[in-house]
Formats: sequence, C-alpha cells, structure tokens
Amino acid sequence: MRVAENLNAALHAVMDRQQDLYLLGEDVLDPYGGAFKITKGLSTAFPKRVLSTPISEGAITGVAAGLALAGDRAIVEIMFGDFAALAFDQLLNFAAKSVSMYGETVPMRMVVRCPMGGGRGYGPTHSQSLQKHFIGIPGLALYEMSPFHDNLAVFEEMLARAEPCVLFEDKVLYTRQMHQVDAPFSVEVAGGVARVFLDDTPDCVIVAPGGVAHRVVAAMRSLLLEDEIGCTLLVPSRLYPFDVEVPAARHVFVVEESTAGGTWGAEVAHHVHQRHWDRLAGPVTLVHSAGSVIPTASHLEREVLVDEADIHRVIRKVVRG
Amino acid sequence: MTSLLERAAGPILDDADLSLMLTIRAFELKLLDLFGEGRLNGTTHTCLGQEYVPVALEPLLGPADHVFSNHRGHGHYLARFRDPHGLLAEIMGREGAICHGVGGSQHIRRGRYLSTGVQGESLPVAAGVALRLRRAEPGALACVYIGDGTFGEGAVYEALNLIALWRLPVMVVVEHNGIAQSTPTTAHMAGTIAGRAAAFGIAHERVEGFDLPAIRRRLAPPVARVREGVPLVVEFATHRLGPHSKGDDTRSAQAVQEARDADWLERCRAARPEHVGRLEREAREHVDAVAEEVAARPPSRWVRA
Repeated sequence: MRVAENLNAALHAVMDRQQDLYLLGEDVLDPYGGAFKITKGLSTAFPKRVLSTPISEGAITGVAAGLALAGDRAIVEIMFGDFAALAFDQLLNFAAKSVSMYGETVPMRMVVRCPMGGGRGYGPTHSQSLQKHFIGIPGLALYEMSPFHDNLAVFEEMLARAEPCVLFEDKVLYTRQMHQVDAPFSVEVAGGVARVFLDDTPDCVIVAPGGVAHRVVAAMRSLLLEDEIGCTLLVPSRLYPFDVEVPAARHVFVVEESTAGGTWGAEVAHHVHQRHWDRLAGPVTLVHSAGSVIPTASHLEREVLVDEADIHRVIRKVVRG
Repeated sequence: MTSLLERAAGPILDDADLSLMLTIRAFELKLLDLFGEGRLNGTTHTCLGQEYVPVALEPLLGPADHVFSNHRGHGHYLARFRDPHGLLAEIMGREGAICHGVGGSQHIRRGRYLSTGVQGESLPVAAGVALRLRRAEPGALACVYIGDGTFGEGAVYEALNLIALWRLPVMVVVEHNGIAQSTPTTAHMAGTIAGRAAAFGIAHERVEGFDLPAIRRRLAPPVARVREGVPLVVEFATHRLGPHSKGDDTRSAQAVQEARDADWLERCRAARPEHVGRLEREAREHVDAVAEEVAARPPSRWVRA
C-alpha cells in the first residue's frame, strides 16, 4: 500500500470512528479530493463534516480552533504546508495558548496537516520544510508522517493528546510504499519510534523524520556495502516534544530536509548531548539542506536539498575520519 | 467648556442598568488608581465611556450564547457575570482569580465567555464555535466584540466571508470609538464599517446614543435572525474617554473634551443629578470595598499541567 492510500484510509477510518470530527481545507471535495488527492472520497462519505473552504488558511485554522474549543474535533488540510505561515497566529497565539493560558487545561483536539518538502520542482514557496518554525511552542505537538507508522494510529494519538498538533507530510512519500525495507535491514516500531537496523552492533545511530527515511536507508545500504559502516536509524512519529531514547553509540547523526539554521536537529542534538555526552566520540552531526531558498529547476534543487549521497558522505567522513 | 446644565440631558435609564454601568465605570477608574499607586502589574485597557454597550446587549444574549471579548474587555465580563471580585483578582493575581492569574486582563475564559489579546483573532474562532452551535445547539449564537481598529486585520475579512458564506449564527459587535490606540479612524480606515459589512452581504446596524431600552427594541429582531443563521454587524458609535492603556493619551484637549461631552454619565447626571450621584457613590463604595478585600488576598496559585 502506498503512503497516500494509507493516509486516505486513516482519514476515512478516523472520520467514521469520531462522529464529532470535521475536516476542513481548500479544494478537498470530490471529485477533486484535495491537491494531492489525500481527501479523496471523504466528502462523499461524510458530506456534512468535510468542508471545502475559501483560500483562508488563517480563518480555517481558527474555525478548527473554535470547533475544538466548543468540544468538537477538527483536521485542517493546508494545501501546501508553506501556507501554514498564514495560520501561524491562530496556531501560536490562540490554539496552542488556549490549552493553558486560561489557568486550567482546555482540551483542544485539532490537527493541522501540512504537505511539505521539495524534490518536485514546485519552487521556493511550495517546497519548504517548515518544521523548525513550530518547535518549542507550549501546547503544540509536532508529528511527521513516515512510511513506517500507520497513519490511523498516529491520528488517534494526536487527537487523544487534546492539544493542537501539526502533522508534516513530506510530499515525496505519498507515492512510496508503506513499511518497505529490504534485507539485510529489518524494521520494528515501538513506542512511536520506528527502528531500522542490522543484526550487528551499529557504528552509528541516525535520527531522522519520516520524510527523509528512505534517503537515509539508501545511504545506510551504500555505507554498509561500500564502507562496511553499520547504522541504526530511528524515525520518531512525534518530532516535538522530543523524548526518544537514543541507544548507546559513539556517533549520532540527525538528518532532515530543513534548510540550515535553527533546525529540529539542533533540538535533538541538545537532547542527546545532555544525556549521552560522555559516551559520544564527538558532538551530534547535523545533516540538512543548504542554507538557501529551494530553487525550481531540478538541477539547482538537487544542489540545495539533502540527498542520499550527502548523507553517505557526511557519515563516512565522521565515522572513518 | 460646556457646563453641566448646558448639556443635553440623557435618556432615563433603569436603575439596574445604570448601576451596572456605574460599577464598570468605578471598576475601570479603580484600576487606573491602582496602577497609579504601583499596585498592579503589567497593563490594562479600560472601557471608560463604552460601559453601556455590553449592558445594552446583555438581555439580548442567553446562557447558551458564546461571547468573545478582546483586550478592552472588563465591561464585557462584568456585564455578563457581575463579578468584580473575580476580575480584579485575575488582574491583581490574587486568590479567586478567574484564570488563576495566568491570563490577566486580556485573556479570560469562564464558561462560554472568552477573551484574547490579539486583534481579529477571535472572529474565525467564533465562526468555528458557531459551526458547532448550528449543529448541536440551534438557536444559540456567538457574539464577538471588536473595535474599529480591528478592521485593519485580514482575519476579520476571512471570517466575515466564511460567516456569510456558511450562514453562521455570529453577531459582530463593533465598538467604534473613533480611535485605534493613538490613530484616529480617519487615519486608519478607508470607507466605512457599513460598507465592509455590505461587501459580504451581512446586515449592519449602526447604533448612536445610549438609550438602552430603545437600543434593545431595535436590535431584538436582527439578533433573533442571527439565531436563524443571518449574521449581523452591530456598530456602536461610542467614545473612549480614557487613554488606550494608561497615561498614553496623545489626543488634543479638544478631542478629549468632545468625548467627555458625549459621555453617557455626564448626560445621565444632567438629567437626574441627585439620583445618579447617589447610584454613582454606591458603585464606587462597592468597588472600593471589592478592591480592599481582593488586595488583601494571598497570591493566586497555578498548577501547570
């Protein structure tokens, strides 16, 4: 099953199970079914609770917050996650704040879905990975879609948190297969963290969100075959708050598609340094895209975005010196 | 300067309404005094001159209705709950505070009443609440207080569009006091509030003066229609007597005097000086006693989740 199909099935199931759940977004109605077809069939199955909206990201996020405030639940689809910038006030100053700023816990059951990332030639305002801009907001939890996490379980977890959540979905994942890892690697999921591993003790641990997991696994394969470097990959479903127990290793890497500066990886590195400084051979290494806008032309976009070769090169250099 | 006797006498108001308006007035003046004495933390935005607006609307609202207030919301809260103790405790961070002192003057939630400190932010939220009300509690509405300055925010137009498009039971109350912080309406708004409502096909009522029974009679039919999904913008032409916050009034003496001349209290005093004077004294004594009692309470406690 492709990731997009898993996500669509998850939305159908969660809408069916939770009768007070709304889905709002631009162009989400059938037959269009959303710009990436993720909401296909939902408006036919749940016509009263799937609402196509004007091009008003701030307002629809506010409407979701109003529904949540009054006791309902809501999922918002932001067509391109880049446009979540237009909903930032509602997320930062209202939805997340409302959980605690009125002195008592106010449940706010809402999820904002943000298709993110480049690799498809959509250019500087339709290709970003904005995760870093949402880190560290009290009352706002960040998740990222992954090929190893069943989306229905992720939605149920997010809505059960009773605080606003943002789900980042790397667009290049939509057409990939779920749960696919080839030998000699194995994958297992426990406690919201997928682990891709070899039987032997690894030389290093890589932490990466779902969007770059396949690039990391491809680098892990070439590192094993060409350089005999064994890696374990951890893919957390929830990016923030980050509480993943990183296993003992002398080298730890964080890989993400974000452009340089103030990254999620820096947050993860701080977490690892605080707990494991004495057993690390050196500081956690951050691997990410260049500090640049994301160009449109494919040869220029490839220069900026982190890819399998970058990951391989950085890990080999750090591990082998 | 116009003398009291020369001013047009105001309408005769019901004692209960007048006492509530005077309590709000006394509360706001008390806050400015407490700030002056260095006994309050942070900031405040008083509704001096605008007290009658929420008092006029209160009988038109029911317990199932949601009320969204803003940074200048003490009058809205007091008209809804008549709870100066809880509000002052919230502002002073004392035991018994409505939100344990976390929200303060601008961020208050009690039942279906909620205020936020960012301009225009509550309109889309009210649309969401109204969406639920329409399904779960038909007949209930969401009432949102904003000011003329709020019309600078894009969120207002996104929300007005949705409210009209989806026929949501939302009443937007605009307290048009002619000034946004230090900027007069003439310098921040092109066109009119009526024109902006009309652009979305939303009914608009402009209310002048403070004849509360007449205002209620006039607004009752359109408010009843809001409950059936015909949204409404009610614009109160009103006056801000005091500074935006505290001590930050840069208006000319003439502009301030014009606001004072139009003040409901001056006009009510002119109509019935002794009667209004007595109610005013009672309200001040009541608020003085509240302040003394609340100030003596221990600090509020907040258990973080």
